[in-house]
Amino acid sequence: MSTMPIATTRSMTGIPTGRLAVWWVIGSEIVIFGGLLACYLLLRNLYPHWGESAAHTSTLAGAINTFVLLTSSLFVVLAHHAAERKRHIAAFFYLWLTIGGGLTFLLIKAFEWSYEIAQGYTITANLFWSYYYTAAGIHASHVIVGMIIMAIISFDVLRQRNLPRVELIGIYWHFVDIVWIFLFPLLYIAK
Amino acid sequence: MTEQNFWQKYIFSTDHKIIGMQYMFTGMIMALIGGYFAYTFRMQLAFPGTEVFGFGTVSPHEYNSLVTNHGTIMIFWVAMPVLLATFGNFLIPLMIGCDDMVFPRLNRLSYQVFLLSAIVLVASFFVAGGGFGGAWTAYPPLSAQAKYNMTQYGATLWLIAVALEFVAFLLGGINFITTLMNSRAKGMKMYDIPIVLWMIVLASILFMASVGPLIAGAIMLLFDQTLGTGFFDPAQGGDPILWQHLFWFFGHPEVYVVLLPAMGIVAEIITVFSRKKLFAYKTVLYTAFATGVLSFFVWAHHQFIAGIDPRMANVFAVTTLLISIPIAEMLFVYIATLYGGSIRLTAAMLFALSFLAAFLIGGVTGIFLGASGADIYFHDTYFVVAHFHYTFFPIAILAVFAGLYYWFPKMFGRHMSETLGKIHFWGTFIPFNLIFLPLFFLGAAGQHRRIYSYELFSELNSADFQNLRVLATVALIVMLIFQLPFLYNFFASMLRGKVATANPWQANTLEWAAPSPPPHGNFATLPEVYRPPYEYSVPGRESDFWPQHEKPSGESKA
Repeated sequence: MSTMPIATTRSMTGIPTGRLAVWWVIGSEIVIFGGLLACYLLLRNLYPHWGESAAHTSTLAGAINTFVLLTSSLFVVLAHHAAERKRHIAAFFYLWLTIGGGLTFLLIKAFEWSYEIAQGYTITANLFWSYYYTAAGIHASHVIVGMIIMAIISFDVLRQRNLPRVELIGIYWHFVDIVWIFLFPLLYIAK
Repeated sequence: MTEQNFWQKYIFSTDHKIIGMQYMFTGMIMALIGGYFAYTFRMQLAFPGTEVFGFGTVSPHEYNSLVTNHGTIMIFWVAMPVLLATFGNFLIPLMIGCDDMVFPRLNRLSYQVFLLSAIVLVASFFVAGGGFGGAWTAYPPLSAQAKYNMTQYGATLWLIAVALEFVAFLLGGINFITTLMNSRAKGMKMYDIPIVLWMIVLASILFMASVGPLIAGAIMLLFDQTLGTGFFDPAQGGDPILWQHLFWFFGHPEVYVVLLPAMGIVAEIITVFSRKKLFAYKTVLYTAFATGVLSFFVWAHHQFIAGIDPRMANVFAVTTLLISIPIAEMLFVYIATLYGGSIRLTAAMLFALSFLAAFLIGGVTGIFLGASGADIYFHDTYFVVAHFHYTFFPIAILAVFAGLYYWFPKMFGRHMSETLGKIHFWGTFIPFNLIFLPLFFLGAAGQHRRIYSYELFSELNSADFQNLRVLATVALIVMLIFQLPFLYNFFASMLRGKVATANPWQANTLEWAAPSPPPHGNFATLPEVYRPPYEYSVPGRESDFWPQHEKPSGESKA
């Protein structure tokens, strides 16, 4: 189907359809992470001894990753800014800087996890580590999905097509970023 | 556009009507499987240990698997795809007067993920160890460890299938919500939206808001099964009750996810066939909102005897009893709509009316279970089984049949036989009551659920108990036989039925402005909306209906 249905072009709410849908996607994601973190928080309050396990997480690695993700969010804003002004080369460039940020995040995470697993802190070590790997793992899978979608969009942008989609992936990327802002203190800082 | 071949037109279509039908036929096949399972385990209960025609002897392990998958299939692969996805996909673009969903390819993806989930579920019956048998609620530790459930592969495949199904309905739901919000015909304001669309979209929002924690829980359970984590394993410091919270935080709103579309379908049919304006449109809408909000605060009534704090049980008993108020209000509103109307007892109307009667019994018996004191006795008895079948059967079967008989002319451009429809109706409704009324008595007398054979329980094995079990089983077989006239009627009418006009029921909503069946793109010219959807028998008008798209000032139809 190459022709777009008339339905897609209508906008009764005044919000473009794509943006509206991304917000609903984020709404459905919030309850997934919300449910997981609610379980973690309830149990963490119940079992103060989880702090001993949390003491073995690397706050430094987490902090660097927070900085990396926040910086990548800045790049995606710059990409949106460029796309709005039809500067498609700049938008392409900033999108790939964002993807680079995601890649750096995953690399740091890979080193961090290899080190921890080598120390014996695997996903089955105890319940804290189970939550640690599950929560951060689901988040990392969102980072990967975001990077793939962003790469696809970037090549559209290069051909000056679908420029408004830069904003949509930007909204999603910010959401992934904000999830990390919750994970970082809960998994790393709280010892 | 060039002519599409069979594959493009029916298999990989992005047309909302075709996708709706794909969901419908998949749902029908799954309903046959679910019905076959019910037949098999009911035979085992009525005639324990004997060879069941079409299955063979039922082992205890098979019995568990049949019961589990009957429940799973009927809720996730019948009620959800037919009520939400079939009617949602077919009706939303037609009733808001546009040509398709806002994201047709996302829509196609949603069906493909759903089909995959159905295939994974069916595959789980054939792996080594057989299908999962730990109940559709999948409580750990039974569901979490193969050494307890003895279905290492079946349990994991079951979980993956359910998770995929959730993904399909999240994708579909986003499409439904966005389409209704953004793509309505010019002039269609908030209160001009037909109730059934409100209900489908509210249900999608409820689903989206409640399923998240269970998706997280499903990942945790998957890790418990496959990696050996202990999220729900007390031996490793985990908490099995946590799963129950996650499951029912979704599971109870899920009841309303399927109830609301059924209520919406019934509202459309009742107004058309009583030729009256829907009594108190806004009340229906607001009570639906109230139900949706309240449904998030009732989940622990499934856990009254699971060891939760008794003070919490009090709170949840109150909220549970409260939620019966908006539902009762809706039933009263529907009855008020009927009052003084010129009622036409078509097959669709009969099913819609029987929905009200049956659901009423389901709702009233829920009060007993929602009261935490009474639930200590009733919990996990057949009283519960009878209660939720008196809610789910009207929702997933009676309302669905009502909708199929009503919209069939629009879907296929031909009429179903009314005579066969009425035979089908009485042959479904009477046996339905004969199946589940006895179960209330059995449950109240103390018959527990999920028991393979009552021969081992002397106090439950008396002749009068057994007679009721046989009655329920015989009634089930009669009901299943009476689905044959429906299947014949459905497929024969598709080919040879009386040709339908665009608006055979003289209804007001926009789908009847399109030809029957609507072509790709639905409308020759996209309609505009001039009035609310239920302007029937308006005083001073010659005809007793007033389509939404008809221009005021008496000009010819748009």
